[in-house]
Amino acid sequence: MTNPKGRFGIHGGQYIPETLMNAVIELEEAYEHYKNDPEFNRELAELFNEYAGRPSRLYFAEKMTRDLGGAKIYLKREDLNHTGAHKINNVLGQALLAKKMGKTRLIAETGAGQHGVATATAAALMDMECVVFMGEEDTVRQALNVYRMRLLGAKVIPVKTGTATLKDAVSEAMREWTSRISDTHYCLGSVMGPHPFPTIVRDFQAVISREIKEQILEKEGRLPDAVIACVGGGSNAIGSFYHFIEEKSVRLIGCEAAGRGIDTSSTAATVNTGREGIFHGMKSYFCQDEYGQIAPVYSISAGLDYPGIGPEHAWLHDIGRAEYVPVTDEEAVCAFEYLARTEGIIPAIESAHAVAYARKLAPAMDRDKIIVITVSGRGDKDCAAIARYRGEDLHE
Amino acid sequence: MSKIKNAFENGKAFIAFITCGDPDLGTTAAAVRAAVENGADLIELGIPFSDPTAEGPVIQGANLRALKGGVTTDKIFAFVRELRQDVTVPLVFMTYANVVFSYGAERFLAACRDVGIDGLILPDLPYEEKGEFLPVCRACGVDLISLIAPTSENRIAMIAKEAEGFLYIVSSLGVTGARSEIQTDLASIVKVVRQNTDVPCAIGFGISTPEQAGRMAGLADGVIVGSAIVKQLEQYGKDAPEHVGRYVRSMKDAISG
Repeated sequence: MTNPKGRFGIHGGQYIPETLMNAVIELEEAYEHYKNDPEFNRELAELFNEYAGRPSRLYFAEKMTRDLGGAKIYLKREDLNHTGAHKINNVLGQALLAKKMGKTRLIAETGAGQHGVATATAAALMDMECVVFMGEEDTVRQALNVYRMRLLGAKVIPVKTGTATLKDAVSEAMREWTSRISDTHYCLGSVMGPHPFPTIVRDFQAVISREIKEQILEKEGRLPDAVIACVGGGSNAIGSFYHFIEEKSVRLIGCEAAGRGIDTSSTAATVNTGREGIFHGMKSYFCQDEYGQIAPVYSISAGLDYPGIGPEHAWLHDIGRAEYVPVTDEEAVCAFEYLARTEGIIPAIESAHAVAYARKLAPAMDRDKIIVITVSGRGDKDCAAIARYRGEDLHE
Repeated sequence: MSKIKNAFENGKAFIAFITCGDPDLGTTAAAVRAAVENGADLIELGIPFSDPTAEGPVIQGANLRALKGGVTTDKIFAFVRELRQDVTVPLVFMTYANVVFSYGAERFLAACRDVGIDGLILPDLPYEEKGEFLPVCRACGVDLISLIAPTSENRIAMIAKEAEGFLYIVSSLGVTGARSEIQTDLASIVKVVRQNTDVPCAIGFGISTPEQAGRMAGLADGVIVGSAIVKQLEQYGKDAPEHVGRYVRSMKDAISG
């Protein structure tokens, strides 16, 4: 599926400064070695199981199923992982790899703060130094996660440039990496950036679909009809899709953040409103103007507020294997509240985008059909922002 | 093949970088002319990009000011055409891959040829990815300029062998911007470059003082200065050209010593 230069169809590649080329080549060589190393895989499995709490549950959402009156709904509970999101899967893999490579310092970008918290956690566990870049706008939206990162021993650097959100945090982390490479690993949080990151991150997140497959076969004796996940860069979605890509009967649906709507400029729905471009090390779809200037995107969800999408998703879209649908702020907020009341589960506002689409899809499907929704993270971090959205000012 | 080699025939070359449209194209034109009149041998014209990941704060600021001022790729082509009425030194564009890709590489490079651009520098286009743009550049007679970094090591020979126009040697790790000290063993890098190509090489990133320029010119065929010039534009705005001219004179004198 990937050629040696990390292409997914025409997407992917390594569009980075020469200064970083030997670093990504070294990373690729190390990954190629360790991914087949039994000792590395034993250590990683132990971290997944004993530390992160894997496997995560595949929960039958009986009340939601009854309420929507269509397909059976299962929730893949990545929110139950240690640190509260799927991000830990990738971070434990990359931190272990970095440690084997002799790196002593991790840097990361973060949007909602989940990847930053996960990286700070892994750094604390593995005795590594940690610096997290976070858009200043996001440090306000996600103040609790900033505190969590600091508590874990990480340094959080607010990024004030550009739109002061996730894309600017990625740019700043890349700048930092070019200035300090020998002891530092850039722990990229999604299936994006230059090769080999999209492949490495996907492989570490693929545990999600491997488990879904085993669990659904055990519970239902068959594969699901649809797998739904939210997509920003797209790491929980590719993790949820990966082992189903060859199972053509399974619909793969990625939910993009439409913000205030794809007919407005306040959107982050990359596949639905963007076009082919080159940015942050990869060729993929990006929200941009006619001259290729990257657009200032918007979503209520800091984790989906990114103008691009991972190259493998762009390819799955091109070949028609996965569908990418827009979900607005309002739909996501309603789904956030709905899942809380119906199942007693507060999803991350990112994950609520997937729940929102399932609410539309399930009633249109027969009762013998099965939908799996990946709840990529928990929503505690979002409560203050959602309250604000509803006109209620919370003081913690 | 191109005019770029002319820039290196007048002793050590002084290469000045200026972001187009900061604060407006009229000021850019005056700054370019002031630089050329005071000894700049080649001008790097920056086409601003919204998210310039290889730049430090100074050039990032220039990019944002220029975009805010409404400059576009089309306006910059028209500006270069006008500049070419009297400016004869080699001109190269420095921008990011998406600016070229989004415009359409064929269309972009044909316009470069038509207005008189001699080379193109894309800092996010490493050796491995240049195949996508190189044939189009060649077809239009525009040199695709390669960069060598302090971390290039085993890659220097490979990059140098295929170099065109001039080789841009990045002096230090990190992004563009002034530095008090340059620690990279540039002499060793230049030695490997010389063994592999006759194309001239110039050192850039972090050079701001005449002393640094003099030292770097002792190692290579030219020096490239960006942030220190852009800083004058940031500080003096429309009045910057005379300051740019004075500064370029001091730098050219320092490398001609």
